[in-house]
Amino acid sequence: MTEPILAVEALVKRFGGFTAVDKVSFKVEKGEILGLIGPNGSGKSTIFNMVSGALKPTEGSVRFKGKEIGGNLPNRICHAGIGRTFQIPRPIHRLSVLENIVVAGFYGQDGIGSRKAAFEAAEQALDLVGLPTDPHARVSTLGAAGLKKLELARALATGPELLLADESLGGLDNSEMDQAADMLKRIRTEMGITIIWVEHIMGVLMRVVDRVMVLDHGEKISEGLPSEVAHDPNVIEVYLGTDSEDAQASAASGAASGTAL
Amino acid sequence: MKKFLPYAIGLVMISVPFIGTPQYPLHLMIVILIWSMVYTSWSLMGRFGLVSLGHGAFMTVGAYVTALLWNYGGISPWIGIPASLLTAAALAFIVAYPCFQFRIIGHYFALVTLALSEVVRLIIMATRDYTGGSLGFTPNREGDGTSLYALQFADKETFYLVVLGGWALSLLIWKLVDRSMMRYALDAISEDEESSAAAGIYVTRTKLKITVLSAMMTALGGAFYCQYQMFVAPDVVGGIGISLQIIFAVVVGGIYTWMGPTIGAIITIMMTEIFRNIITDLRTEGIDLAGLDTTVYGLMLVLFIIFLPKGVLGELLDRLAGGRAKKQAPATQPADSG
Ligand SMILES: Nc1ncnc2c1ncn2[C@@H]1O[C@H](COP(=O)(O)OP(=O)(O)OP(=O)(O)O)[C@@H](O)[C@H]1O
Ligand SMILES: [Mg+2]
Repeated sequence: MTEPILAVEALVKRFGGFTAVDKVSFKVEKGEILGLIGPNGSGKSTIFNMVSGALKPTEGSVRFKGKEIGGNLPNRICHAGIGRTFQIPRPIHRLSVLENIVVAGFYGQDGIGSRKAAFEAAEQALDLVGLPTDPHARVSTLGAAGLKKLELARALATGPELLLADESLGGLDNSEMDQAADMLKRIRTEMGITIIWVEHIMGVLMRVVDRVMVLDHGEKISEGLPSEVAHDPNVIEVYLGTDSEDAQASAASGAASGTAL
Repeated sequence: MKKFLPYAIGLVMISVPFIGTPQYPLHLMIVILIWSMVYTSWSLMGRFGLVSLGHGAFMTVGAYVTALLWNYGGISPWIGIPASLLTAAALAFIVAYPCFQFRIIGHYFALVTLALSEVVRLIIMATRDYTGGSLGFTPNREGDGTSLYALQFADKETFYLVVLGGWALSLLIWKLVDRSMMRYALDAISEDEESSAAAGIYVTRTKLKITVLSAMMTALGGAFYCQYQMFVAPDVVGGIGISLQIIFAVVVGGIYTWMGPTIGAIITIMMTEIFRNIITDLRTEGIDLAGLDTTVYGLMLVLFIIFLPKGVLGELLDRLAGGRAKKQAPATQPADSG
């Protein structure tokens, strides 16, 4: 048995009296894509925030490649090899598209050293997600899908071993969702990056991930192969349907109506 | 042609003291260069949204530490100035580190630095037995008034060259920062600290670096001011008044442009001179308008912030760049990905 790349133990986050994440434990093996699903407010982004250092865990431990990183600063965690995207894209508008990624390449890979290497890393990341490497392209010309790609490129430019992709979206149509799914798959196969993928919608996700974990009200209610989880009565209940197809449909409509953001 | 222009301007500027420039314009140019240097140093951090109302404190430190070491310790400004710069750096660090650590940004940062301005002024007042308090302080003259060792020059010509060098240094540093990766990092930090940190940027460390650099260069301006005027008082290099004047001039000139702070210095100092003449003229006719200049400045600051937020030079450069920027209208289609 090799050591898991990420091991989360009894992770808790409380905001005042409200428990957003309640004793969640899970492991991610190197090279796998783990899907993380759950309805609005179930604690998915909060878990990402704790793993990436944006929020300090109230309790519990986060071990990355065997080392405890819970509560470390976000830039340290980035340097250690965890890249993240934000659910709502947070680009830097006063920088060009390319510069947004270059700065992540330069500072994200601690000790990348040269500008040149940072520009190369940035161009590679932009190519991979399918954004133009044109140095004059402005962030303001990107639409919702473009901004999502920018988020992804920025995370990739930091040279992560583990990518936390918070993709739960409104605003993307089906073909764009498919594209996003294929891209994550390519990132895994071509770059060997382990991925945790957060989504509302089971459909596309189920096609790509190796395992799924389902959250509800901050608790883990199911985990396993996509086929198993889709038939787990707990999951079906949460997704308000009687079978998985209904479940997907309702989740999808929830996302499409904009409640996802 | 365009390539040689900076060299031509540089050459002209160096030649100014050698072509018999009269004393009054020479004096004005020295004053403009000193303040341009201070304003440029302020904008090193100001352009990244790190609005400091405490730069009067750094100028004060540069002037007083150098002069006090000279008068009481006989220590040459060649040592005294580096010592004053280190003091300013330490002061900047002590104030900025907790601010950045506790995420005190924007208005709150400005308020903390405003307090710094006052604290340093009050320290000068409290130690009036040594510093002369509000009456000011005069460095001891060395010999006949010209001494390289004491960095004192009886003639304006030499001093012009000294401050020209200081000003050029501040511009060089601005450019070096502008071309460095740190500029991207600071732009990113100024817009979104959290996503910057997620991209691996050392947020606190990077902000501290630029703050300390800005403080040290400002202190150098303060030291030059005192060496030139051979006099310094808390209100002429520090306090809230000077801290505000710095912002006013930079906003007028253009906070985001290389030459903006210099243009701001030229505009504000020329205006002050003109006001001074008007006020003196009117006073001979029995009309007292003392304070008119401050009132007009206040009014102008408000108008500039509302109508010309990029400053005179910033606006001009935008106009020159013309329609190019305007063509890039933001896309409205949500699914447009390029
Ligand atoms: N900084 C915060 N302060 C207070 N409450 C918060 C904070 N961040 C998240 N929460 C709350 O924690 C709960 C979990 O939020 P989280 O963003 O993790 O959900 P999510 O699963 O990502 O939801 P979505 O699918 O809508 O993105 C929500 O009820 C949210 O309101
Ligand atoms: Mg979320």
